Amino acid sequence: MKILVPVKRVVDYNIRVRVKADGTGVETNGLKMSMNPFDEIAVEEAVRLKEKGIATEVVVVSIGEPKAQDTLRTAMAMGADRGILLTTDNSPEPLAVAKLLKEIVARETPDLVILGKQAIDDDMNATGQMLAGLLGWPQGTFASKLEQIDGRLQVSREIDGGTETVSLALPAIITADLRLNEPRYASLPNIMKAKKKPLETMEAASLGVDIAPRLTVVSVAEPAERKAGITVGSVAELVEKLRNEAKVI
Amino acid sequence: MTVLVLLENEAGQIRQASLAAVTAGIKLGEVHALVCGDKTLAETAAKIPGIAKVLHAGDEAVAHELAEPLADLIVSLAGDYSHIVTAASAIGKNVAPRAAALLDVQPIPDVIAIESADTFVRPIYAGNALATVRSADAKKVLTVRSANFDAAPAEGGNAEIISVAATPASDTSRFVSVALSDSDRPELESARVIVSGGRGMQSEEGFKTLDPLADKLGAAIGASRAAVDSGYVPNEYQVGQTGKIVAPELYIAIGISGAIQHLAGMKDSRIIVAINKDAEAPIFQVADYGLVGDLFEIVPQLTEAL
Ligand SMILES: Cc1cc2nc3c(=O)[nH]c(=O)nc-3n(C[C@H](O)[C@H](O)[C@H](O)COP(=O)(O)OP(=O)(O)OC[C@H]3O[C@@H](n4cnc5c(N)ncnc54)[C@H](O)[C@@H]3O)c2cc1C
Ligand SMILES: Nc1ncnc2c1ncn2[C@@H]1O[C@H](COP(=O)(O)O)[C@@H](O)[C@H]1O
Repeated sequence: MKILVPVKRVVDYNIRVRVKADGTGVETNGLKMSMNPFDEIAVEEAVRLKEKGIATEVVVVSIGEPKAQDTLRTAMAMGADRGILLTTDNSPEPLAVAKLLKEIVARETPDLVILGKQAIDDDMNATGQMLAGLLGWPQGTFASKLEQIDGRLQVSREIDGGTETVSLALPAIITADLRLNEPRYASLPNIMKAKKKPLETMEAASLGVDIAPRLTVVSVAEPAERKAGITVGSVAELVEKLRNEAKVI
Repeated sequence: MTVLVLLENEAGQIRQASLAAVTAGIKLGEVHALVCGDKTLAETAAKIPGIAKVLHAGDEAVAHELAEPLADLIVSLAGDYSHIVTAASAIGKNVAPRAAALLDVQPIPDVIAIESADTFVRPIYAGNALATVRSADAKKVLTVRSANFDAAPAEGGNAEIISVAATPASDTSRFVSVALSDSDRPELESARVIVSGGRGMQSEEGFKTLDPLADKLGAAIGASRAAVDSGYVPNEYQVGQTGKIVAPELYIAIGISGAIQHLAGMKDSRIIVAINKDAEAPIFQVADYGLVGDLFEIVPQLTEAL
């Protein structure tokens, strides 16, 4: 089984971004960038499937600025075999990313694509579902457990009221939720080794896909700040405030 | 403009989150509701005021609202509609982008405000910024956050019900089972009061300290990711960027530090109370009322005092 894992380079999850003063976007200059946390989980799952002898090759792909190659190297240090970088000037929307990934799927013919459930910058939670739609493949989104049973994939999915289990024929799309696994840290020797793994770079434009954005950002604003509250000294005072001041109980 | 709103069901009921999607749909135009499953669900939907027509898909193929057959069904109906709206729920987020891709549309997830027929506000970066986006697509596919739209009332309407046929499911995706947590408590997304616990609850046993308090307040129980990951409660309790987004009248955060990913899910609550032994915990920066101390002493006292 060959597995493709799309990975995105995003502002590190520990950093709180600021909206630009002119309201055109968020300031990302000079901020620490990392692999999208859900994509680390996706890479980890693929690498584990390889370690179990279920997968034969793990290919990682990233779409974005040339620096996204750092993210691909990180994925290769975790155990992915090779990387593909599609360079673009701006950050394409999920529809465009899904269309580009469809082209990569046509070239690489993986049996399984594992994506993150959501990129923590645009918080779209859409690309995996869209790729599945474009390919006409079944989808196991928000996956918290994967098992191979009789040549199919059994997927536990996190849903609002609990957990749902579905069974998918291959080829299929999976999107990783937080509890699928705990990603490993790449060891220093593996980081060194990853530098020698193959990384192919091409311009996204060369794939002949229309990636023009459909959404125009009219403005970006800071959310309303909550006004500072107070510290109460006792349970009695808290109850009094909730009753008489906030009137919520 | 006519708007197609997907009404999801769970355990034989129409989900609260879908009632909020109806309200969002009404802001855009005449609402037709798509309901899968039992006929009685369509009858329930027909009573929701503001729904002009109920499209009922009774086929087994879509009974479990799996994304593959449901997206195909939505696409087959889409011709008549300017907007397709679902809740920003697990089902909505599973199906809406797939349907959008098939329609060659860029979906607009997690809408919190509707500015006009083509312009919407949605949070990005875990809610640290709000983006207003305008869609150039001919059709708009949106998922809307239930915390930002009032639930439509359940009674008062009398819509016509018509049946629609889903294409038979292919075997590539099969429903196997579902495990729903059975609880008498209100749904997190629609609860008026939420009592939420974090790693500070210390154990599955410790987490139960919250039960009597939630009982007294008629509250739903939520949790931080750390509490879920530590196995104190199941995943569906998680509030935050990647869990549920809630905005109750009262949110009581107990033994929760207040990481940005948690705040993303609850900072629009009307009143926030924080109980934490660490006076420096970031949760106090968003709390209206903070109480510093050991939760295992405070929670029983609070329960007693109510
Ligand atoms: C991609 C990504 C997505 C995430 N999504 C979410 C999400 O959706 N929701 C979410 O919650 N988190 C999410 N997280 C995790 C988040 O970053 C934090 O790790 C998590 O919220 C911490 O949970 P906590 O506050 O319970 O634990 P901690 O940060 O460990 O805080 C525990 C608190 O309990 C207090 N405490 C301990 N004992 C007591 C006591 N006896 N009495 C009173 N107070 C006590 C401590 O002072 C401390 O403040 C996400 C992380 C990532 C990377
Ligand atoms: N620019 C990109 N390059 C590679 N993978 C991406 C990119 N954008 C999104 N993805 C993948 O799609 C998932 C969901 O992203 P999104 O739909 O933007 O929330 C991510 O976790 C990645 O696996």
